[in-house]
Amino acid sequence: MITLSRVFKRYPGGRQALNDVGFTVEAGELLFITGPSGAGKTTLLKLLAAIERPTSGTVIVSGQNVGTLKSGAIPFLRRKFGLIFQDHKLLFDRNAFHNVALPLDIAGYGAKDAARRVRAALDKVGLLKYEKALPITLSGGEQQRLCIARAIVHRPAILLADEPTGNLDIEYASAIGDLFQSFNQVGVTVIVATHDQALLARLNPRVIALRNGALAEAA
Amino acid sequence: MNVWLGQHARCFGTTMVKLARTPLGSVFNMFVIGIALCLPVGLYALIDNLQAASGHLAAEPQISAFMALDASKGEIAQIELRLKQNPRVERYRFVARDQALQELKQSSGLTDVIDSLPQNPLPDAFIISAKNNTPQALDALREEIAQWPRIVHAQLDAVWARRLDATLRFGRVIVLILGGLLALALVAITFNTIRLQVLTQRDEVEVVKLIGATDAFIRRPFLYYGALQGAAGGLVAWLFVTGGIWLINRNLGELSHVYASLFQLKYLPPVDAVVLLLFPAALGWVGAWLSVGRHLSHIEPV
Repeated sequence: MITLSRVFKRYPGGRQALNDVGFTVEAGELLFITGPSGAGKTTLLKLLAAIERPTSGTVIVSGQNVGTLKSGAIPFLRRKFGLIFQDHKLLFDRNAFHNVALPLDIAGYGAKDAARRVRAALDKVGLLKYEKALPITLSGGEQQRLCIARAIVHRPAILLADEPTGNLDIEYASAIGDLFQSFNQVGVTVIVATHDQALLARLNPRVIALRNGALAEAA
Repeated sequence: MNVWLGQHARCFGTTMVKLARTPLGSVFNMFVIGIALCLPVGLYALIDNLQAASGHLAAEPQISAFMALDASKGEIAQIELRLKQNPRVERYRFVARDQALQELKQSSGLTDVIDSLPQNPLPDAFIISAKNNTPQALDALREEIAQWPRIVHAQLDAVWARRLDATLRFGRVIVLILGGLLALALVAITFNTIRLQVLTQRDEVEVVKLIGATDAFIRRPFLYYGALQGAAGGLVAWLFVTGGIWLINRNLGELSHVYASLFQLKYLPPVDAVVLLLFPAALGWVGAWLSVGRHLSHIEPV
């Protein structure tokens, strides 16, 4: 489903973020990318969603070479993903319901169908009772779960999460770990970049460790 | 197709909400655009009215040919024959000098003065309409008639009307220039408004880009905003011009009572009113399009 081969990424200014990285992810896998901060985890996720392009090497996502994709095709690539951000990237001018509905608006779902899917997603992350709440009134863990609801509402084939438990205490973190596991069990490919060892121990996934932009070990 | 329509309908709705959320700013913007549009539109309405008035007065240019005072009946008959045979003359009318004097008495009210004249100072005259009313043809015919025997003077009546026409045409050019300048201003106003909007909605643009929005989807609400703002400005301009014409007509009503004439300004016809809504809307769209294209490329998700 996802293949990286000989991927290098150098940022303008000379920082080498990724150095000859290559691996393959099968559909339905649960994969953790670990490593200390600055190891290149976030860059790797950005390459997958075409937020950044590799300096050299190829990134293939379901048969498409992401590195050479035309800019007009990028939005449609991104719709294959559900993106979960450490800083949530919620919109604070609208309530939880409309935040989650955003991917469906973009994809052009009808209002009825969209409402049904939004409620299902909110229910899945346990926020259905807060559908009218503004994100600012939610706790950090709830905001993260809202972000997850937005990522899964359009039923993407691949879930990408960047430090999803970065700012959360251990109870919230384990709840989110369980959510990822449940998505993975219904066939979603889940890729999580994290340095959270507790989460790792709990889910026991395949692990790709990065160190200074290069693969440290592949399991 | 339904998806597309649905997205557009929703976008229209959210744009209206956006306009309503900042009522003061929106209203001021509309007024700026509306007042700017008022100038050329008002001038256009005025010129249109003058044109209509001058059209009444100079519907058909005529040539007046005056005979010598001592021309005999036979000489007059000869001229009449020439006119009848001339292929360039559409029709003519003979005004005998006595008849002309009677008309002058009736229309001017100077009966006493005219009666005191020792003799009739007016010559016999022919009023001639030409088949071809182009200025060149009229001039040629006038010159030809002036050469005929016992014709003292031949004159074209439509000169002043043509002058007015030329002046009005000049006025139209000014309207066009003014309109062009203010159209540019409208594009610039919209450009700036949308620039501010894109900047304040930076976060939103970034997020929707990240979750797979196409550029068209991101651009759409801004384009709607620009177009709606332009149309609203057009509406304001229409209200102002129509109100202005109404005020002028009310005062003209009193004035024309005094002068016993009925001159009223026409309102903008419906077609013009529709154009006045659509044209600024299109300009607003263009301004928004330029602005979004310019500023959207600066916002890349990181």
